[in-house]
Amino acid sequence: MRILIALLALFFLFQAEALALSPDEVMADPGQEARARAITRNLRCVVCQGESIDDSQAGLARDMRHFVRAEIAAGKGDDEIIEGLRTRYGDFVLMRPRLGFNTLLLWAGPFLVLVSGFLVARRVFARGKGEG
Amino acid sequence: MTRFLPLALLACLVLVFVGVLLSGRDPHALTSPMIGKPLPAFELSSLAEGGLPLTDKTVTAGAPAILNFFASWCLPCRVEQPVLLRLAEDRRIAVFGVAWKDDPAAARAFLKETGDPFTGSGLDRSGGLALDLGVTGVPESFIIGRDGRVLYRHAGPLTDRDVAEIVLPLIEENGGGR
Repeated sequence: MRILIALLALFFLFQAEALALSPDEVMADPGQEARARAITRNLRCVVCQGESIDDSQAGLARDMRHFVRAEIAAGKGDDEIIEGLRTRYGDFVLMRPRLGFNTLLLWAGPFLVLVSGFLVARRVFARGKGEG
Repeated sequence: MTRFLPLALLACLVLVFVGVLLSGRDPHALTSPMIGKPLPAFELSSLAEGGLPLTDKTVTAGAPAILNFFASWCLPCRVEQPVLLRLAEDRRIAVFGVAWKDDPAAARAFLKETGDPFTGSGLDRSGGLALDLGVTGVPESFIIGRDGRVLYRHAGPLTDRDVAEIVLPLIEENGGGR
């Protein structure tokens, strides 16, 4: 039993390490590779839509990873690379939406709900006190 | 009165959800930011053996044109081919093809089997042009206006209905008929 658990633990340990990234894609320079990983983690795979291109096995995600690494190798800056993909695929390609006029509700929404919930709760509790 | 407020709010919410659900809008469909932008410069080697390379200039010269991304391994592309063949008969529009991430021999065999609707076709083996245009998969079609700008992007196979309702009106609007 203990061996089984150990094996299972080992299995899950290595599963977490399974990458969509194949070894031949990795850049020789660890600094540049770290930049590439940081960028690709924040870009959405437009085919799978819920995954970043760093996580995705889709062919298009691999093309986008190649693109990001080629741009880094060509000396482009992080923002420049991300902007390049955004102009082609739209805001949707960003995993973290930008704060803009059209995303204002998206960013402010949770706080609005929290505040209104707090106000409702305060009224309900105040009423309860009055009756009791 | 306030007793019914939560119920009224709930009813509103239900109406909104049902409305969106019945509107038939595909929540996964993405609009392309490429619309209104000029076709990026490119040069692809010809898919036909010994043919001329397919460039942005060829496409713009033939405009209004459709630039269709396809692949031999793509089943919906097979379904789309007859629609493109019918569209290619229309003198007002030129149809160009790009074999996306495909083996040239396989793509040629595919066109031989289904019929070749393309005035010219190129090979995008690395998917570089597709990335430049923001292609999300095959089949995908771009309508290019006479000024070389992208008028419309269609993800997925074009149907006869899409052609009649979207493609042809766009062509007419943008001075089709050479």
